[in-house]
Amino acid sequence: MHRTAVKKVVLEGVLDANDALAEANRQQFDHAGNFVVNMMSSPGAGKTALLEHTLDRTLGKVRIGVLEGDVQTTLDADRLARFHTPIVQVNTDAGFGGECHLDANMVRSGLAELPLHDIDVLVIENVGNLVCPAEFKVGEDARVMVYSITEGEEKPLKYPLMFRSADLVLVNKVDLLPHLHFDLELFLRNLDAVNPGVERILTSAATGEGVDEWCSWLTERAGV
Amino acid sequence: MHELAIAGHVVDIAARHADGRKVTKVYLKVGHLRQVVPSALSFSFDLVAQGTPVEDAELALEEVPAAGLCRDCGTESHLKTFPLQCQSCGGLDLEITQGEELYVESLEMEEARTKT
Repeated sequence: MHRTAVKKVVLEGVLDANDALAEANRQQFDHAGNFVVNMMSSPGAGKTALLEHTLDRTLGKVRIGVLEGDVQTTLDADRLARFHTPIVQVNTDAGFGGECHLDANMVRSGLAELPLHDIDVLVIENVGNLVCPAEFKVGEDARVMVYSITEGEEKPLKYPLMFRSADLVLVNKVDLLPHLHFDLELFLRNLDAVNPGVERILTSAATGEGVDEWCSWLTERAGV
Repeated sequence: MHELAIAGHVVDIAARHADGRKVTKVYLKVGHLRQVVPSALSFSFDLVAQGTPVEDAELALEEVPAAGLCRDCGTESHLKTFPLQCQSCGGLDLEITQGEELYVESLEMEEARTKT
């Protein structure tokens, strides 16, 4: 039987469904007056450690809620529990297929448990991954990348999408500079090659260096 | 890495637009600046399409090269590699005009509907 071919124009973005949910999240954040940060990095770069400092320094001044994203465990949420600030843990392997990143749907699932009207800032601590999180909007205002100097100088060139999507790069573990063959100037040149002039702050979660500057960046943009 | 998830979305979009018809070809545009590995996407697509109206459809993947408009001198440049730089003045302040696409452009389907 002869079957003719029918052509149909579609023009639908592959991530449109995610982006629509990100927009729905955005509207919820706007309604509650939240400034939302999507915090991304490789595993172990220091996101949670920096957040511990952040919550400590801003206690009583800025109300920060945290949405923790991990494949498994509540370890990160547990670490931050002592600050008595709203925290929710989303595990991507609990009904989301064990994804290596947070998407708008997963973030949305966590929002129901956060008192958005009682916080000024929401930090979404994404799954440790230098590749995929950058692809998925979740409704954030800004993307903050944490990069540790133990990762070498060339990663911006190897993972351009992540570095290009950052609004701020926290260059972490600088207390280790005397012990590593790390060329900071080369790293910053590579960073500028993929994201010219992107804001950057040198930090150390171990010593607290740069944390005040980072907290100021956050509170200024939150309008608090 | 997440080509499987992307393939899943492509199949969903194609099946929805096919509206009961059998899909024979899916035209997908993928910009060079997206982190998509074409071979991994094709492989994932074939896998995910099984058991759907998109089963055995050909995935026609068109890779779109990156291009940008220089905000300093107004030249549009073809961007092959990082740093993304104006080919005329060397400026780094570019508005990306091409290379970030990730969309299903069109479908080819059989005329006869396979279900009512």
